[in-house]
Amino acid sequence: MTSIKNALAGLWSLVVGMGITGKYFTAPLVTVFYPRQEAENIETYRGHVELVGKEDEAGVPLCIACGQCARQCPSQCITVSAKVAPADPAESKDGKPAKPKRLKTPGVFQLDYNLCSLCGQCVQVCPVDSLRYSNNVYFAVFTRQETNIDLLERLERQAKEGK
Amino acid sequence: MINPEYYPLVRMVIFLVAMMAFVGLNALVLVYAERKIAGHVQRRPGPFHVGWHGLLQPLADAGKLMAKQLLTPWSSDKLLFWAAPLLSFLPVILLFLPIPFGETLYGLNVNLGVVLILAFSGLNVLALCLAGWASNNKYGLLGAARAVAQSVAYEIPLLISVLTVALMSGSLDLHAITVQQGAWPWQWYGVLNPLAFFIYFISILGETNRAPFDLPEGESELTAGFHTEYSGMGFGMFFLSEYANMVVVCCVASILFLGGYQGPIESGWWWFLLKVYALLFIIIWMRWTFPRVRFDQLLNINWRWLTPLALLNLVGTVIVLRLAG
Repeated sequence: MTSIKNALAGLWSLVVGMGITGKYFTAPLVTVFYPRQEAENIETYRGHVELVGKEDEAGVPLCIACGQCARQCPSQCITVSAKVAPADPAESKDGKPAKPKRLKTPGVFQLDYNLCSLCGQCVQVCPVDSLRYSNNVYFAVFTRQETNIDLLERLERQAKEGK
Repeated sequence: MINPEYYPLVRMVIFLVAMMAFVGLNALVLVYAERKIAGHVQRRPGPFHVGWHGLLQPLADAGKLMAKQLLTPWSSDKLLFWAAPLLSFLPVILLFLPIPFGETLYGLNVNLGVVLILAFSGLNVLALCLAGWASNNKYGLLGAARAVAQSVAYEIPLLISVLTVALMSGSLDLHAITVQQGAWPWQWYGVLNPLAFFIYFISILGETNRAPFDLPEGESELTAGFHTEYSGMGFGMFFLSEYANMVVVCCVASILFLGGYQGPIESGWWWFLLKVYALLFIIIWMRWTFPRVRFDQLLNINWRWLTPLALLNLVGTVIVLRLAG
């Protein structure tokens, strides 16, 4: 008796399965025909990190070159160093030459995306919120060296393009 | 005007040539339908870029298959290895001979049409067996062994359900069976005896090695089963014969259970093709819904359910027919 009941239940499950695939068969496609169409949710994509520009000066990052992101990074793929102003001779004392001055803005900001694991710790640790995920979906390069991205140059380019 | 009734040989030859064209064309249509249905069931478009909505994709695939080199494995039995695909494909054309596509649209008016089809469709098993054996390949051999065990097992409920219909109609002539059923669905044997239709339908899935019973070519464990070693048109022949066999069993199903070429309003070959392609659509739909069964499950379904059910159905039909006079 139970085996007959099981067989009937099994048969019914087959019908249910056919119903599900039948429903999908008539449902609209989810495929995006890529070169002719693009996905609509690219802004939700979390690509490599990028710098955030100042509100009044889009080409200059909010970054204060504290280097916390570089220290925090588990893959050590960020290289930051502050911009250094040339020494001002007027500030020399007692005949000693003046020291060059470290400015609170980065002179170098390199991201070696080859090593990056997109963990996001640099984004979290940044005290001035100067880092964020880009939605650079179409990141493709021909050599490994090109994965070393100059984020300052990228920010300037974005500012110029008015993004 | 030549009356073809007086020239059965001419009629047969013309019909066979037409059927070869039909089998080839039908394979193209079914390959396209199979891939399109698979795509849409999974909410992708399927073939799309070759021709309008991928319509030329099967032609491109056929061209590729024909252009491919035919490899013969050095350790194989050369004669049997190349005899197998031919043996698989050639009898299939013959199976279409007694099938009435319409009132006058048939190749050979033979009063044992069902027997002819059942007899020659058995050759396909032999071909699969030869292919697996001659390949001298463990996957091929296992696939062939599975194909034989499966086909022999599923032949039994299939034959019994066909026998049930034969008893109901009192004839083995496909034309007579068609005519005995009316144009309307409630006059069809599939509606009068749904259990026989159900058993027949499950059995043809096993007979034609279609999913969920496609164990002879289970990719995950057997690479490609009996046709592992075949390249180019060697594989293409098995492929063609598989699709042609599907059409044949669906033709027989629509004649025995769905009233053949008869249909409401206006009977004709359009009703026949509609029924055949509706059945084929369901078979393809099932392929993309159900997972492959295990081999012991496959044989259990057959020996523990289908065969006893078919026998009970046969006995029940006999009793009902006797009581109804």
